[in-house]
Amino acid sequence: MRMLAGRLAQSVLLLWIVATLTFLLLRAAPGDPAALLIAPSASAADVARARAALGLNRPLPVQYARWGRALLEGKLGESFVTREPVSLVLERALPVSLGLGLSSLLLTFLLGILVGTVQAARRGGPLDTTLTVASTAVYAAPSYWLSLALVALFTYGAARWGFPPALRLPAFGMRDPAGGASGWSALTDLMRHAILPVVTLTAIGAAGIARYSRTLVSDVTGLAFVQTARAKGVTPTTLYLHHVLRNALPPLVVLFALALPGVLAGSVFVETVFAWPGMGRLLVSSILARDYPVVMGATVLYAALVILANLAGDLALPVLDPRRRS
Amino acid sequence: MPRLPQTTWRVRWAIALLAALVIGAIVVPLVAPTDPRAIGDVLAMRLLPPFARDSAGHVHLLGTDRFGRDLFTRMMLAGRVSLLVGLLGALLAGGAGILVGAVAAWRGGVLDRVAMAIGDALLAIPRLVLLLVFAALWAPGATMVVIVLMATGWMGVARLVRAEVLGVRTQSYVEAAMALGARPGRILWRHVLPNALGAATVAITLGVGSAILLESGLSFLGLGIQPPEPSWGNMIAGGRDAIVTAPWVALSPGVALILTVLACTLLGDALRDRLAGEETITLRARG
Repeated sequence: MRMLAGRLAQSVLLLWIVATLTFLLLRAAPGDPAALLIAPSASAADVARARAALGLNRPLPVQYARWGRALLEGKLGESFVTREPVSLVLERALPVSLGLGLSSLLLTFLLGILVGTVQAARRGGPLDTTLTVASTAVYAAPSYWLSLALVALFTYGAARWGFPPALRLPAFGMRDPAGGASGWSALTDLMRHAILPVVTLTAIGAAGIARYSRTLVSDVTGLAFVQTARAKGVTPTTLYLHHVLRNALPPLVVLFALALPGVLAGSVFVETVFAWPGMGRLLVSSILARDYPVVMGATVLYAALVILANLAGDLALPVLDPRRRS
Repeated sequence: MPRLPQTTWRVRWAIALLAALVIGAIVVPLVAPTDPRAIGDVLAMRLLPPFARDSAGHVHLLGTDRFGRDLFTRMMLAGRVSLLVGLLGALLAGGAGILVGAVAAWRGGVLDRVAMAIGDALLAIPRLVLLLVFAALWAPGATMVVIVLMATGWMGVARLVRAEVLGVRTQSYVEAAMALGARPGRILWRHVLPNALGAATVAITLGVGSAILLESGLSFLGLGIQPPEPSWGNMIAGGRDAIVTAPWVALSPGVALILTVLACTLLGDALRDRLAGEETITLRARG
């Protein structure tokens, strides 16, 4: 319990340092957000008025203190561009990314562990080598390239090779503007739109997990108790599901927690290519517009997710692995 | 146990691939019949398919982009930038990490705590997000990308080196060197750092692949290398508009990118297996 409280305090402190660093970084940047907001023909007085309205004319420590106090009250400020509360902007974008990230993360682990286990079972054989080369190659592919390849396949390719209508997946956007607004048809429409982004994220993630779980599973199969189980005549399915994977699972569960923020960050490109209005696209567009409060809010949110994931991973390990309980 | 024959087979492929790419990147733009940056007769030349022959009789191995420039020549020219920026970014990040880690561990105290707190805070932000924030602050270009790669990539190496240095500094041969009156800088350089370099080398080698991926990612988003100077990332971005009608424009530069990152990963893995003596896989931040 005391350890937990200590870890929590540490996490909060770390988050505060992250927020401060972000604040300092953004204020050190050249480029005046006020000048971007108003017409280029505006006079110097107009720019000064806009700066004053945004609170940018005050000394840095004053800005920091005001921003810090607001943060403690849970206020992330207002977007410079749309004047909406940052929390509202993030609330809109986060579910999109979380939905994409979580569904692909689940598929990633199922597929990755399956491939890794098959490789470990056939270690050194041609299937293992082929899968290793394939997963290393997919892992080396940038997500936006893979996204574009899928877009090309389902637009250019679909027209060229005459895909059947069921296979003509939508390559852009989150929903069909002409589709149903609610209920069942809206859900299926959303799922059809989600297939290509989720496949992209899953393919890359699964390649990494396959590499990792191959090593993990191979380490376990070398242990004596696996030999004993084999000698007792346990079927391969029981052996792998019951004995091997049970032992290889704890680090994989921790990795699952650690992988979530990475998937969220990785979806920057996938959201950009497929035009999904999630956190990634929000971050890129607000960086380009120098919308400091939104950039800061998004960065702190990303960091909070990473710190939370680390905490969850640390706490999950002793629960899953009795050997780690001390 | 790693099987050595297979390892060397992979390493040989990786080295051959990288050598081919480097030679291609140096030679191809020099001997190319058309200027890969100049825009000529756009209407007649744009978006030619692979292996097309233009009116001047030049064959375009991979076709042309939307301005009618030869894709293969541009891809090789882009290789210069991407390889150089990736290599420099990873090396400088590694160098900065070694410096910070070694000095923090050696001096200890407040300096150590502040350096590690900043490192931990930066590690808590996904590297891509951090990279985007950094990249957006200063004018885009190759130098900026290298600096940003350094600024966002030193933390992992710094932690590795710090742990190694802390482990080594209490060894008796270090105490012996101190007793002999060697200056701290000399002890650090001659006795402590060589022991910490193995782990750092592996991290830096694997870092080259990530750095190339991240550079191309930044350039893809328009925050990295700026056209008309080609990089694999901005070439892919440039072909995005034509993805429905001429997908090869966006997709072919990606093949060079994937092969490069693949070769770097294979080399890094082999190096780690050699140094660590066992097969271990670490997941790294992805572009």
